[in-house]
Amino acid sequence: MNRKFTTGAAPHLPPISTVGEVMRQVLYALCPGVIAYTWFFGTGILLQILLATGFALLFETLMLKLRQQPVALFLNDWSAVVTAVLFALCLPPLAPWWIACVGMFFAIVMAKHLYGGLGHNVFNPAMVGYAVVLISFPQAMTQWLPPISIAPTDIGFLDGLWAILSGQPPAGMTWDAITRATPLDTIRTSVASGQTIAEARQLQTFGDLGGRGWEWIANGFAAGGIWLMWRRVISWQVPTAMIGSVIVLGLAGYLLDPGSNPSPLEHVFSGAIVLGAFFIATDPVSGCTSPRGRLIFGAGVGILTLMIRRWGAYPDGVAFAVLVMNMAAPLIDRYTRPRIYGG
Amino acid sequence: MQDSAVERARNAGKRLFHFHGGLRLHHHKQASCQVAVQSVAIPPRLYIPLMQHAGPEATPLVGTGAHVLKGEPVARFNEPSIGYVHAPTSGTIAAIARQAITHPSGLEGLCVVLKPDGLDRWTRLQPMEHWQSADPELIRQRLCESGIVGLGGAVFPTSRKVEEARNFGIHTLILNGAECEPYISCDEMLMREQPDKVVLGALILQKAVAAEQVIIAIEDQMEEVFSALQAAISNADCTHMRLVKVRTIYPEGGEKQLIQVLTGLEIPAGCRPPELGLLCQNVATAAAVAEAVTEGKPLVQRIVTVTGNGVKRPHNLLALIGTPISTLVDACGGYTHDAARLVLGGPLMGYALASDQNPVIKAANCILVLSNRDIQSDQAEMPCIRCGECARVCPALLLPQTLNWQIRNDLLDDASDSGLGECIECGCCDYVCPSHIPLAEWFRFGKSEHQLLAMERSQSNLARDRYLAREARLEQLKQDRERRLGEKKQALRDRTSVTGGTMGQGPA
Ligand code: SF4
Ligand code: SF4
Repeated sequence: MNRKFTTGAAPHLPPISTVGEVMRQVLYALCPGVIAYTWFFGTGILLQILLATGFALLFETLMLKLRQQPVALFLNDWSAVVTAVLFALCLPPLAPWWIACVGMFFAIVMAKHLYGGLGHNVFNPAMVGYAVVLISFPQAMTQWLPPISIAPTDIGFLDGLWAILSGQPPAGMTWDAITRATPLDTIRTSVASGQTIAEARQLQTFGDLGGRGWEWIANGFAAGGIWLMWRRVISWQVPTAMIGSVIVLGLAGYLLDPGSNPSPLEHVFSGAIVLGAFFIATDPVSGCTSPRGRLIFGAGVGILTLMIRRWGAYPDGVAFAVLVMNMAAPLIDRYTRPRIYGG
Repeated sequence: MQDSAVERARNAGKRLFHFHGGLRLHHHKQASCQVAVQSVAIPPRLYIPLMQHAGPEATPLVGTGAHVLKGEPVARFNEPSIGYVHAPTSGTIAAIARQAITHPSGLEGLCVVLKPDGLDRWTRLQPMEHWQSADPELIRQRLCESGIVGLGGAVFPTSRKVEEARNFGIHTLILNGAECEPYISCDEMLMREQPDKVVLGALILQKAVAAEQVIIAIEDQMEEVFSALQAAISNADCTHMRLVKVRTIYPEGGEKQLIQVLTGLEIPAGCRPPELGLLCQNVATAAAVAEAVTEGKPLVQRIVTVTGNGVKRPHNLLALIGTPISTLVDACGGYTHDAARLVLGGPLMGYALASDQNPVIKAANCILVLSNRDIQSDQAEMPCIRCGECARVCPALLLPQTLNWQIRNDLLDDASDSGLGECIECGCCDYVCPSHIPLAEWFRFGKSEHQLLAMERSQSNLARDRYLAREARLEQLKQDRERRLGEKKQALRDRTSVTGGTMGQGPA
């Protein structure tokens, strides 16, 4: 018998994972948090996710076509969907549709493809999109709903859909009547107006650990994030360093001046700290790669977030903190190169 | 090497250490371990390559038509202390011709074609009856004359290693029985079936290099091997020989990794184990040493694992060097219907062969036939997403994603600074990469390109005076290299597009 074979480079083993699989696992891990979000704040967030995903896939396809890249291959990597979902999770549930459109344009077209597409973006695309809409549409981006349990009026699915598509409050309501400041906003304004945080805490929007409802969403994201760590989809360094630095710095501030600083737990369980720690700052492309670099990166995001919360112009600062650290990542990587074998 | 390191090396195996990264893989060994090793019938023709290891080919000592006996030298290496190539059986020399040899390059090489006479008659054998009291130099010469090479895959001439070891002074001989690559089971079967020969070979090697102690390292899952070897050691009544079980994790059987596990010491590129007083030998090499010294038989056969989903009845076979691979596969019941790739060696470090007419060589520890399902070679390459998985598993503590980028952009010096030379080409990074980047292939390419670059430079130093000519020549060489880089990219791209995918590289 004389038989010919096609050759190929070692290793001769089936690959154990694909980029698409990594991204899909991230999406699964987001589910508990999204479910909690829907439970406490209604179905608006699901609409935002759908909208953002739709725009993301649209822009992704267009850009792949323009750049003459294989469309099916890259749509299959699910990275655009992850970007879209993370972006949507930062939006007020009833934000008008064009916010998702503008955000996804900046995320997918500007931050991702103009830098070279998957794997080449310097900045976290979802956070670029979010920062752009936050700065451009401050009004729309602060129309947050209170948790359903304490909401004055019930906003149904169709009401939400109407509000998102029209940019108007649901029929017969005004924005003022249905929106509430987020807990972090409340803390900000009350401290600014000379009240202590203890007074703000009496408000209904606060729960046991952080913001009412928000704390459960954070728990949901944490559960998914820990699953991702266990599956080794994300490294342990970034979340640990980020949450750790928030706790340490938050505790220091709280001990120094409990009147004007939230407790470390309130920091962790309000806003985007947990989502950011497990899902945003862990984006491998725009973050650090070395283990020590990842510790520094995570801690940097945590520290910057608290600084922005305390002194910045926005109540939450995860997005800006991530973008700043994205810029520093190559430098951090350069100085935290692991020791080479035998060296 | 500092004395403290040598001191630590002396305590090898007393405590076990870990190396960074590595993979826990499915063994796939059971299939070929079920039945005893069987001999393959002598084929109608044997093709004995004259290049069996690194370095130039051997010069033939016989002409076409000559009759040779089994074990007679048919070619000789010109370099000292490498020795001979021997006739694996008795017969007539049918030809000395260029043909495909079993080599990663896939190139042709000179082969002695032997037509066996079917008698399998040995030449006059000269066992060393009293090796215990013999001059170690005579033992070394015997290894050289018998064509003994490292049978773990590296096929470095053993007499050379022994010579080098003697120059440095060795205290510990390590026998490597940690066959860590999946599918391969030839060493395991050898240790199970002929533990006495392995131990005897160890004692001879110990004598040859005057080592104080011997450590035989096996994997912790090799229960049968453990008891067999232990019995053999107590039979031989040697107190300075120890059996050590190491974790079953790839690439624990790599020389550097095994030494790190046994001593906690890392051996950087350019430094060799003898500098620490250590000598590593594969267990099959030890068995071959025993045969060469106590029976006078040169290395003319070896145990080969023939396995994988592509063969009907996986087996370990005792085959004469030069037997066509197809003969071995036939002895295993032939191919299954979905045999898709023929690999010499294991799935991580072995190389694919284009034809099963290639002969068995001394380095052939395994013939692995894989089905399409096993390799899934149709996976398209994606851009690196910097996930860091490759660095997490790299036993050499490298950053494969950085190396990959540097090599592709022709930054060979940077790659070298980043530790390319430390890469042991184990393929761990490649295996875990979610973007399916052929990292190991790029590193093999980068290493050979960097070697070439170094050669070009040393030549250009000689011609320093003729500055302009040198500039022009370097420019030409650079262009050549860029062309090869482009070809490599194209080749890898073709590989994926043949099977339907397209490589999405982004603007590199
Ligand atoms: S494993 Fe692959 S995708 Fe991940 S960092 Fe390494 S080369 Fe890049
Ligand atoms: S092939 Fe080289 S770079 Fe990759 S894991 Fe092995 S030693 Fe590290």
